[in-house]
Amino acid sequence: MVLTTEKPEVAPRGAASRPGAVKLPKKKRAAGWWLPFALIAPAIVFELLIHVIPMAVGIWMSFLKLTQFYIANWGAAPFVGLGNYQIALNFNGAQGQALLSSFVVTCGYTILVVGIAWALGMAAAVALQKTFRGRAIFRTMFLIPYAVPVFAGIITWKFMFQQNTGVINQILGALHLIDPNNPPFWLIGNNAFAAMVIVAIWKLWPFAFLMLMAGLQTINEDLYEAASLDGAKPFRQWRNITLPGLGAVNNVLLLVLFLWTFNDFNTPFILFGGAEPPAGDLVSFHIYNTSFITLNFGFGSAMSVLLLLFLMLVSAIYLAFINRRSRRA
Amino acid sequence: MRETTGFKTFRIITLAVLAVFVLLPLYVMITSALKPLVDVQGKFTWWPTNFTIQPFIDIWSTIPLASYFINSVIVATSASVISVIIAIFASYAISRYKFRGRNTFTTTILATQMFPGVLFLLPLYLIFINISQTLGIQLIGSYLGLIITYLTFTLPFAIWMLTGYFDNIPRELDEAATVDGSTAIGTLLRVILPVARPGIVAVLVYSFITAWGEVLFASVLTTQTSRTLAVGLGEYSTQVNVYWNQIMAASVVVSIPVVIGFLLLQRNFVAGLSAGAVK
Repeated sequence: MVLTTEKPEVAPRGAASRPGAVKLPKKKRAAGWWLPFALIAPAIVFELLIHVIPMAVGIWMSFLKLTQFYIANWGAAPFVGLGNYQIALNFNGAQGQALLSSFVVTCGYTILVVGIAWALGMAAAVALQKTFRGRAIFRTMFLIPYAVPVFAGIITWKFMFQQNTGVINQILGALHLIDPNNPPFWLIGNNAFAAMVIVAIWKLWPFAFLMLMAGLQTINEDLYEAASLDGAKPFRQWRNITLPGLGAVNNVLLLVLFLWTFNDFNTPFILFGGAEPPAGDLVSFHIYNTSFITLNFGFGSAMSVLLLLFLMLVSAIYLAFINRRSRRA
Repeated sequence: MRETTGFKTFRIITLAVLAVFVLLPLYVMITSALKPLVDVQGKFTWWPTNFTIQPFIDIWSTIPLASYFINSVIVATSASVISVIIAIFASYAISRYKFRGRNTFTTTILATQMFPGVLFLLPLYLIFINISQTLGIQLIGSYLGLIITYLTFTLPFAIWMLTGYFDNIPRELDEAATVDGSTAIGTLLRVILPVARPGIVAVLVYSFITAWGEVLFASVLTTQTSRTLAVGLGEYSTQVNVYWNQIMAASVVVSIPVVIGFLLLQRNFVAGLSAGAVK
């Protein structure tokens, strides 16, 4: 996935109140008016090729009964209208129930992962805000999980979560938190949810840290000086200076973290492989499995479209909320 | 500002807890890579007492790791370079010119960032199959097919971040160059690009890291010959044995180039990110 930056186009009112956010380009018309179009043409061609056309095809597929018999000849697949959507949203049926339960798991997962990753990133950024000996070492160390390839990081956690040979049960046993003769499974059953959340936080929090650290550099240090002369304790300073100063960064960061986490596929895919426990069945993973195991691409596409609609709805509400708040401020 | 004892305690606890959390998997990864297979099949030990570097030798013969490595390098490099080149021109146009469709374009770019990868995977898979059926061009299992799909996430990010970065470069630079008789393209290549280097490096690094670790598309669109590291590492788990020591050794090997590269370019990356993404 990719990173978003806030642009006036998304949040016209919110951004307009921020200095430096809106810099309308100078009008350079007349001779060479075609130049911007020529510059942007390759990007438009690629956008059509990789996003617009596949999207349109995906939406079209969701109205088809596109099972394995039609994959190589999809023109022949029967049109079923909203049939796939009806199956996906019929929560009394087996398919709908599975999707609903996967959706609920994903919601819980997203709230926990985004919340904790953000809190850890914030704590680390604040702890490293002022210079002290060893600061650079910690800063570099904390960025390593971000640079380690996703699959290498997750596969290491998978090794750590092994029932009999893993380090996690070893540590918990040494702390007398579990019975060492009967260690729990982490990748099977309900514990799988906790395992997945921990791994995801490990991968994600450095990004929150990185963004918040960059944001902290824009806060004027004199503000802290003044607050400290007024006798404000560190927590008060954080609430009244740091948090408002990071407003713009947080707006973007939380949305990005939400979208990445809700769409997460890698964590369950590598952690559980083919044997996913229901507690680890995130939506993207669920759609992938349903599509490639049952080879029913029409139904898979319908679920993807529903997922997209949900993400768009949440993003729209979120952006509207942010715009209103910044207009009031 | 004087630091209170409370803040110092907060700092020590935070840094200690996070350091353990971050380092534990890295420690397990490295030490387990230095153990013989029997040792990783038994109870976990903190120190590799039967120290061996054999896993680092075996990884290359158990599976064709070298060829997966080359595949990953080719695909990740191509995807990041192509998206940066396209993005440089597009972002310059968005940042410096006002033209019809500009808002539509930037909104589309933003919107695509919320799309789940699986939404593109199914249609692309189907399109690729049908292209090979009708035109005879085999995209599944080819570098080209994978590079195209990787552009779905590297390109919008590159355009987005570079636009933000270009916006922060003073327009006076362009104007001075124009007065000196430079064309628009000349200004972009000779004046703007050198100034925007941290931003470009940041985008390259980000795209490369993301493409290097991509699993979803690679799991479906690669075949034995075009397999990337992200999927190939799974082959150390066979019906008979899970070669955990080799998996850990291979994880070390695939991580080293990206981690070192990232740490070397860290300064550029943070600078580019703060200018482009944090406004």
